Amino acid sequence: MDKILICTGTSGIAAYAVEVACLFEELIKKHKLDEQYRVVRVGDRGLFRDVLVDVVTEDSRLVYEFVKPENVEQIVIEHLVGGRPVEKLLAGKDYEDFFSGQMRIVLSNCGEIDPEDIGEYIARGGYEALKTAVSMESLDIIETVTSAGLRGRGGGGFPTGLKWKFCFEAQGDEKYVVCNADEGDPGAFMDRSVLEGDPHSVIEGMAIAGRAIGAASGVIYCRAEYPLAVKRLQCAIDDAGARGFLGDNIMGTGFSFDIEIMQGAGAFVCGEETALIASIEGKRGLPRPRPPFPAVKGLWDKPTNINNVETFANVRHIIAKGADWYSSIGTDGSKGTKVFALAGKVKNTGLVEVPMGTTIKDLVFGLGGGMARKMVKFKAVQLGGPSGGCLPESLADMSIDYESITGTGAIMGSGGMIIMDQQTCMVDVARYFLEFTVEESCGQCTPCRVGLRRMLDVLIEITDGRGKPKHMTFLKEMGETVKSMSLCGLGQTAPNPALTTMRYFQDEYDLHVNKKECPAHVCPELLKFKVIEDKCAKCGMCQKTCPVDAIEWKKGEVARIDLEKCTECRSCIRACPFMAIE
Amino acid sequence: MPAVNTSEVKKSDIVGMIEHHREKKGVLIPLLQEVQDRYGYVPKEAVEIIAAELDVYPVDIYGILTFYAQFHLKPRGRHIIKVCMGTACYIMGGKEILDHLKGTLGIEIDQTTEDGNFTLEVVSCLGCCGMGPVVMVDEKFYGRCDLQKMDEVLQEYGK
Ligand SMILES: Cc1cc2nc3c(=O)[nH]c(=O)nc-3n(C[C@H](O)[C@H](O)[C@H](O)COP(=O)(O)O)c2cc1C
Ligand code: FES
Repeated sequence: MDKILICTGTSGIAAYAVEVACLFEELIKKHKLDEQYRVVRVGDRGLFRDVLVDVVTEDSRLVYEFVKPENVEQIVIEHLVGGRPVEKLLAGKDYEDFFSGQMRIVLSNCGEIDPEDIGEYIARGGYEALKTAVSMESLDIIETVTSAGLRGRGGGGFPTGLKWKFCFEAQGDEKYVVCNADEGDPGAFMDRSVLEGDPHSVIEGMAIAGRAIGAASGVIYCRAEYPLAVKRLQCAIDDAGARGFLGDNIMGTGFSFDIEIMQGAGAFVCGEETALIASIEGKRGLPRPRPPFPAVKGLWDKPTNINNVETFANVRHIIAKGADWYSSIGTDGSKGTKVFALAGKVKNTGLVEVPMGTTIKDLVFGLGGGMARKMVKFKAVQLGGPSGGCLPESLADMSIDYESITGTGAIMGSGGMIIMDQQTCMVDVARYFLEFTVEESCGQCTPCRVGLRRMLDVLIEITDGRGKPKHMTFLKEMGETVKSMSLCGLGQTAPNPALTTMRYFQDEYDLHVNKKECPAHVCPELLKFKVIEDKCAKCGMCQKTCPVDAIEWKKGEVARIDLEKCTECRSCIRACPFMAIE
Repeated sequence: MPAVNTSEVKKSDIVGMIEHHREKKGVLIPLLQEVQDRYGYVPKEAVEIIAAELDVYPVDIYGILTFYAQFHLKPRGRHIIKVCMGTACYIMGGKEILDHLKGTLGIEIDQTTEDGNFTLEVVSCLGCCGMGPVVMVDEKFYGRCDLQKMDEVLQEYGK
């Protein structure tokens, strides 16, 4: 039977994918094509061109992009009934390039299978790895994962096999496997896509980990903001249980393993492993000093192995295809692939999976398709979210692997990658991240609670035009202090956004402090809302976007802003591709 | 979840929810989430009943409620507007959207309009960063927002 795949993950649904899917079903019935076509609701494929609709027959596959409910009838009548594809809605070569340039292992099922149908997962080799693992000795599984070179995808990059070994060796009658699906980095969404698009791969990875360390229970700690992921996970857990891949005596081997889901309640620090454990135990999510590490004393004081969603999703491929295959991908120190979430001022926003060692340039200008607005130049890429840093264009040729990234003062983090252009102010970005971490600091330790607050105060002074040269020294010293003295990873990394922007964009800070200028035209207190005549191309874009009609413009004339009417909303500054409004 | 905001708290309802969780370890957070799903916020009466039934101090429950951003201690509006202030959305203009909504609705973050129609909240990342700036009203996502689109969205919900 031929299939119509419709991407119905969170991003698809936001673009009316459910309506599109229902319409297809209705019209297929109406035109008596229901014997020939089956509508399959798949997860997000990773490219934000929703709604994506694929018509898959035995020997062909055509992809429609940006499909809206009102396009469905045309596709059904012209293509499905008439046999003539609707050319103008078909995805072009750039769509193909976006996918052909990737190496999709973790994402291989995302956007291809119905995540709520375990049969489709099994048909693509699902649960084969678990079958293999249950007949292996614990140490053999651990050895395979170790020699594959898999490192934790949650941010730290700790070798996964080694972590499993610690937990395996820890004394305890009961042990736990925990999946960290808290995805706290505001700008990363790969874990969500995997959970929504291929939940069984995470479950299978957890069960294999359970087998390896000798645990009988697993917990998935999922972010509260991801209701669809929770729903699909629960469905997958139930189905896996019904098929005997979870539960008692799995495949008659005596190995038992069950998984529960716990929903987070909105606290970034709960992504930190000891805080996450406290939260599962029903307490405030406060981190505690390590050691003891969770591998020795974790959930309910029992040995606990915590891994990230993407880490678990890699496991089944390693068991199925072997450590040698996996370790042949990537660089010396960083094996396998990594999923990155491209967002911000880049043309193709979405998820890309590439071998470790790919350069920033390849991602931004290759798969990312370059800048969203050709006139406004690439400036920096932010890696690693609130714990990470901003890397300038001059580092664009750098290979992305754990060692290289750490050397720059940023971190790999979970793979969130925000592309910034000339209209992004680096001082403002540093301030933004500190606002975030100040808000999210749990407040237990003084360096993080007070130190970050002071750094934020100073950054506000600078962006508001009251910066002094001594502020720079203060930020550096305080940043180093907070980094070295904080209790948990939050404080130990929270100064990174400020420190890296100072390191790579010193001139921008200088302009703010000494000249009271914001070259990106972002910081409101430093803006004049005046059109720079030399730069104005007289295009009128600003006038069209002004919500309060405060801009006068006639064809062929320089625009003028009426400051009486202006509400300083900055719409015009954003709209102007020539940066002609200061 | 659309807020229900029933001010009437029935003891039997809360006890029912407690029974549903009682056997498990670490019940408090899921239990409070259930209460909030039911009422749109966590009413004081519910906290007292839970404290008595589970033999914990109310202050311990408030400790949890105030730690996690998801919990609300006051009734909220009929429609919850969540403006994403995640990194991607911020870079793409989320702050301007937020300022505009504050101005148009005449309220600050976490406040409710006088007619009880809208509550304005911020979230960090809704997981569709590629469509930034993103705004969510109740269960529905709006991507690639600008100020004009926001005005239309508000009208959709009776502004
Ligand atoms: C403040 C903070 C937030 C974190 N947030 C996350 C997160 O959202 N997701 C995640 O997988 N790991 C997060 N981590 C890392 C975890 O503590 C832990 O190292 C990780 O889950 C281990 O899994 P891995 O070895 O598979 O990477 C965070 C760490 C810190 C310090
Ligand atoms: S940053 Fe807004 S959805 Fe992720």
